[in-house]
Formats: sequence, structure tokens, C-alpha cells
Amino acid sequence: MTNSSSHAHPVDNEAGKLGMWLFLFTEFFLFGGLFLVYAVFRAKFSDGFHTGANDLNAMIGTINTVVLLVSSMTVAMAITAIQKGSNQKAILFLVATILLALVFMINKYFEWAHKIELHLFPGSEALQTLERGELLFFSLYYMMTGLHALHVIIGLTLLIICIFQIKAGNTHKGQYLLLENSGLYWHLVDLIWIFLFPLLYLLT
Amino acid sequence: MRNAEKYTHVSYLEHEGKYKGIWSWLLSTDHKKIGLLYLYSIAFFFVVAAILGLLLRLELIAPGPTIMDAQMYNGVFTLHGIIMVFIVVIPGLGAVFGNFFLPIMIGAKDVAFPRLNLLSWYIFIIGALLGVASQFAGDGPPDTGWTFYVPYSAESATNVIFALTAAFVLGFSSILTGINFIVTIHRMRAPGMGWFKMPLFPWSLYATAWIQVLATPIVGITLLMVIAERTLNIGFFDPALGGDPLLFQHLFWIYSHPAVYIMILPAMGVVTEIFPTFSQKPVFGYGAIVISSLAIAFVGYFVWGHHMFTTGISYWSRWFFSFLTFIVAIPSAIKVFNWISTMYGGSIDLKPPLLYAISFIFLFMIGGFTGLTLGALATNVHLHDTSFVVAHFHYIIFGGMGFAFFAGIHYWYPKMYGRMYNIKLANIAWGVLFTGFNLLYFPLFIIGLQGMPRRYFDYLPQFHAGHFISTIGAIILVIGIFMMMYNLIYYRHRGPVAPSNPWKGVTLEWQIESPPTHENFDVIPEIKNPPYLFKKEPQT
Amino acid sequence: MDEHKPHISSYLSHARVLTALLFLTLITVLLTWIDLGVFTIAVTLLVASVKATIVLTWFMHLKFESAFTRWIVIGTFALFVLILIVTFVDYFFR
Repeated sequence: MTNSSSHAHPVDNEAGKLGMWLFLFTEFFLFGGLFLVYAVFRAKFSDGFHTGANDLNAMIGTINTVVLLVSSMTVAMAITAIQKGSNQKAILFLVATILLALVFMINKYFEWAHKIELHLFPGSEALQTLERGELLFFSLYYMMTGLHALHVIIGLTLLIICIFQIKAGNTHKGQYLLLENSGLYWHLVDLIWIFLFPLLYLLT
Repeated sequence: MRNAEKYTHVSYLEHEGKYKGIWSWLLSTDHKKIGLLYLYSIAFFFVVAAILGLLLRLELIAPGPTIMDAQMYNGVFTLHGIIMVFIVVIPGLGAVFGNFFLPIMIGAKDVAFPRLNLLSWYIFIIGALLGVASQFAGDGPPDTGWTFYVPYSAESATNVIFALTAAFVLGFSSILTGINFIVTIHRMRAPGMGWFKMPLFPWSLYATAWIQVLATPIVGITLLMVIAERTLNIGFFDPALGGDPLLFQHLFWIYSHPAVYIMILPAMGVVTEIFPTFSQKPVFGYGAIVISSLAIAFVGYFVWGHHMFTTGISYWSRWFFSFLTFIVAIPSAIKVFNWISTMYGGSIDLKPPLLYAISFIFLFMIGGFTGLTLGALATNVHLHDTSFVVAHFHYIIFGGMGFAFFAGIHYWYPKMYGRMYNIKLANIAWGVLFTGFNLLYFPLFIIGLQGMPRRYFDYLPQFHAGHFISTIGAIILVIGIFMMMYNLIYYRHRGPVAPSNPWKGVTLEWQIESPPTHENFDVIPEIKNPPYLFKKEPQT
Repeated sequence: MDEHKPHISSYLSHARVLTALLFLTLITVLLTWIDLGVFTIAVTLLVASVKATIVLTWFMHLKFESAFTRWIVIGTFALFVLILIVTFVDYFFR
């Protein structure tokens, strides 16, 4: 969203940020649809959801929560660093964020791999034998964490672009809209997880 | 494009930036050129879908199969619906006239994110092509209707996934346009143009853009869930897997009802521009129109359940949705009163744009009142899924949004191209269109009341007369459309050169030359007065 | 170019915010060991909302943005909650 300069306009950072917020709203509503489905089925099949949540490993969930929260802080710190003019520090914080994101994804991979080993994946026969509530729980689990993981990957890409932009000298103390917006996006990923984590892992 | 040299009176049509020839269009970030790109692509799809609609009507000219079989009929009405709703009507006014005139009317040189704007058009084209591809790739054209109701859409053997993806992609394009417009209106109004000095077409686009941003993602995720349902057996909506088909309808209409307001609000905005100009009178009740636009946008979120009255949703839910459906009629009625009061006592100049705008009110009123008939719980049970519903929403969407689009193109044509179409021919085409339209859709109300179901390719002999008249109307309507398009296309290069302000309008787009220059304004204007101050009026 | 000078948050303030978030995470996890009955969902969602508000306010700089930005964020959440409630008017009374 740094497209504000076409004609003779100066770059309008406020416009860029407002545009990003609006985009985040659409992301929020994209997940909102899934939260709505979750709410309806949870109300209908609370028992199945309890057993379903019991099958998930709360430990992995907690670790991933901590990882994402810390990464949220490092990306916020990267913005502080760029505002203070220390580009090197900013890059370091971004690298840290990216590493944390990778940890999150690796964790996720093991979690999913384990479930698939148990033949609990969408469309599997083992899943079809479960009672309805549990089946729906797992469908939601895959849909929600899958969409979330996709957003982690997009955020990751944005952060990597930020590093290159800082190195190329396009993002600096005077102009860091891209970094700021990527940061906002990354926080959104965190925000969604803040709700996903208790809803999927904890409510047993 | 970034050159600092002054382009004096080189119109945007001739202006070439970094790229030459066709690329000066396909890679242009000029909001006016993008508006025209949308216009041409939407006009193309409109003609395609109108012909499909004509085929449907021809099939119904007599009982029994006439020109197609039942399965093909299902495919054709699905494609007609998908193209008309997702490709033509939802982007329609906003993407064409919004892109072209929003920046000009608020005194800006372009939208806030010009490159994003171009990207939206490409995404739109990708979505449109996917929609077309759904007809040819895979196992036959989708036959679910544009609403994709599950469980059928999860089970139909036809190529539903392509159509779902197309709708998803088109939604994305719509979201990006919405974001662009909101930011443009917030950040780029000319100095001195406070919120309440902004013309009303931008106001209506503002209300629309919020719906685009906050409602479209819901249908996006819903369509993704149906795709997952088809590919992964995920079972949210399939009762056999514990899912709930009604949940799909909730999610679908949470977007698709507000989508009706995405269609109609800009239409209202267009005619709100036309009435003051052709009455040479300030618009009546500026504030009321602004507030009613916002009210429609907000209340419009909470009426989605009126599509589901007969599905077994709870009593209180039906009560609530029916009540709000009646409430949402109030701001719409306020607007109608304002338009009529604007004309009252004005010096009315009955040119083609005004003709279309007045017929907009007429048709929109019929559509609106029949909407109340459908919104009432008791009558809805009788009328649900009959051709009464078909007639109702065509009166709103075609009679409303379509006629407002025609009004807009006749109003702004001289500004967009610097030429004038043949006014006499435009009047005749209007007459043909209007006659054909009413002949086509009014009988559907009557046979709907008598029990003719919608989406049936065959019917009982007692409905023959109604269907026959309706098909004759369809033929007349299509002739009218082609007359109108011929007029607009033929005089594009051959028409007399239009003065910069042929209708004596007072909003900003009439203060610059026709066609506008690449940057719209040599000097960004400073706004001191509220909009719609006509010279004859005593200045306050 | 900029209408107001951007607020620069200190590293320390970010660390403090993280501490608060981790503390709240600990609370939600611990809460699972206590049976709160029907209130479990409510309390869990409440804690999650507090966490979300903290992220929005400090990490996402809402505190230092214009009032308009704050209001549209609040409005968007409110709209979603309203849609949820209206949907449940159907499901609760069916």
C-alpha cells in the first residue's frame, strides 16, 4: 500500500496507514466468518467441542502463543529502531521476528503432522467415524489454523521485503510506511491467534 | 507521467505517459482511463448476460422445452446471475463512474492509491475470466444459481468450484476499490471542502465503500468454506456430516444483502446529481440525503434474514428481520421525497439523463413497494421463490441500478468524451427501453402471485399469457439496449463537440474542460460554497 | 508531509507490554484448571479481549493515532459482535 505517489503528490503516510487499517478490517471479517461458524457449532455441539479440544496439545498451543507474542514485540521494536534511525538494529529485530515466525510454523507443522499420523485430517475416514461435534471441531481447527498459517506466511514475506527495503535504503527514518504497515499486518496475525488459541486449545 | 511540464488542454484520452499505444491504457494509473477500462469490460459482460437473459425468456415463450433442455436452462440462469450480480451490477457504478468522477468531484488529481486501482481492475478481469471459464472447463456449466445454496452446491456434479473462485476473486477486487475510495475521500478532498460541502455522489460512494470493505470478506470466507466442503469433505454445511445448511444461508446473505446496497446506493447518488442539474435548483434536504445513505448502509447489514423467512429460522429472528426490513424502507423513501422536492418548482429540462432518472424513481418505487410485500412475514410465505421475487429484484436492480447507470452515462458522456450523442435518438431509445422493461417484468409479478415458481424452465398452461407478454417485452428491451448503445458508440467520434458544461451543472466536474486533462485540474480549486448553488438562486 | 510528529515508543515500553501479555496468557492457561462452569467461555473471551486491546493500543499504536482511526476499529468490532448477536437470535430461539 505504498502506492500513493503517482502524480505530483507527496507520499501521504496517513493515507497509506488508513488504507492498511481498512485492509486489516477485511482480514478481521474474513476470520470473523469462521468465528461465527465456530460460535454456532460450539453452541450446538458443546460436548463434541470439549472432546475435540482435549485432543489438541495445549502445550504446543501455549508455546506458539508465547512465540507469536514475542514476535509481535520484536516487530514493534523494529519500528522503534527505524524511528530512532538505527537501521542495523531494525534489521536485527526483523530477523528475530522472522525466526520466531519460523519456529511457529515448524511447531505447527509437527502438530499437523501428528494429527495426520492419527488419520485426523479433513476427509479422512477416521474423522468421519467421529461424532458430529468432534468432526466439526476438527474441520474448524484445520480451516482456522490453516488460514492463519497462510497469513503467517504472507506476513513473513512482507517482513523479508522490509529487510531488503531497509538495505536498499528505501525504508529509513524519514520514510518507513512499508515497515509500519507490515508491522500492523503482523500484529493482526497475532491478534487472530490470541482468539484462536483459547477457543481451540483451552476450552476443554 | 511524472514530468513537471504543464499539459495545457491535452485531454486524458490523448495523453500518453510512460507507455505508448494500447499500453497507455492497460498500464495507466489514471483514474479516468481505469474508469473507462471498467466501462468497456462491464458493458461487454452486460451484453453477454443480457443475451443469456433473452435466451431464458425465449425458452419460456411457450410451455415445454422450446430452445433448450432443463439442465441447460439451469446453467444459463446461473451464468446470467453470476455475471449480472458479481461482474456487472456490484462493481458497475462505483468502478465506472466512481473511478472517473469521484476524484474530480472532490477536487483531486487521482485516487489515493492509483496503482492499487489498476490492480483492482486486473483482479476484476481475472475473476471475470474465471467465471467464463467455469462454463467450459470441467464437468459442465454450474447449475446452482448465483446463490450457491448448499447442500446442492456441495454436491452438484458441475463445475461449481470455478464459479465460487470467480466470485471470491471479484469480491477481492471490490474490497480494494472500496478501500481506495474511503481513503481518497478522507485524504484528498480539495482545500475547503468539508464533509458537508462534498457532493452527494461521493457521499453515496463513501457509504458504499464501507459496505464493500466490511461485508465482502464474509462471503469470501463462506465461498472458501464451500470449496473446502467440495474438496475436503469438511462438512460445515452438509447435514450428512453434521453441518447446517441454514448457516450457509446466514453467512451468504450477511454479505449478499448489503451487496444490494452496494448496488443501489451509488445509483441513488447518480440520480441525486442529476435532479439538481436538470431542475437548476439546489438539492432538497442535503443533510437528509447524506444521513439516509449512511442509515441505509448501516441498517442494511441487519436485514439479511428476510431472504430466509420460509427456511425455519426462529420466530423472533423472523420478527426482527421483518421489522428492520420495514425500517430500511424509511431512508429510501426519504430520498425519493427529496428528489421529488428537488424538482418541485425548478426549471425542468427533460433531457435524456433526467428521463432515465425519473424512470429510476418510478421503477425503484415499484421495486421498493413489492419489497415490502416480500418483507412482510405472512405474504412472504405465499410469494417466496415465485417469479414475484424475480420481478421485484429486477425492478430494484435493473430498474434501479441499471437505469441509474444509463442516466449516469447520458449525463456524463459529454464530459467523458467531449462529444454529444444524438439526443433525439437517446429519447427514443429510452422510450423503447422503458416500455420493454415494464412489459418484461410486470407480468412476472402477476403470474408470481398466481404461483409461478422461479427458476423453472417449464410451466402450466395458465401462465402462458404472462410468459408470452414477458418474452415480447424482453425482445423490445434488448432492442432498446442496442439502440442506446449504438447511439453512444456511433457518436463517440462523430458527435458534435460538446461544450465543457452542456447541462449547466455546478459540481466540480463541470468546471473543467471536456474531456478533462490528465491531471484534471491545472490548479486545485479552493471550495468556499456548499455544492449545488445555482446562479439564479439568491446566494446566501 | 507528516501532519504530526510520530510517537516513538521506547524499547522498554514494548517489553512491559509483552510482560503484561505473557502474564495474561498464563492466566488463561491456568484458568483451564479451574472449572468455572458456564462462565468458562465468557472469562476466556474476556481475557482474550483484554489481550487484543493491549496489542491494538500499544503494539499497533492506536493510542497515538487519530480519534477517527480508534473509532473505526471499535466500530468494526462492534459491527461483528452485532452480526453475531443477530445470528444467534435465530439459533437461540429455534
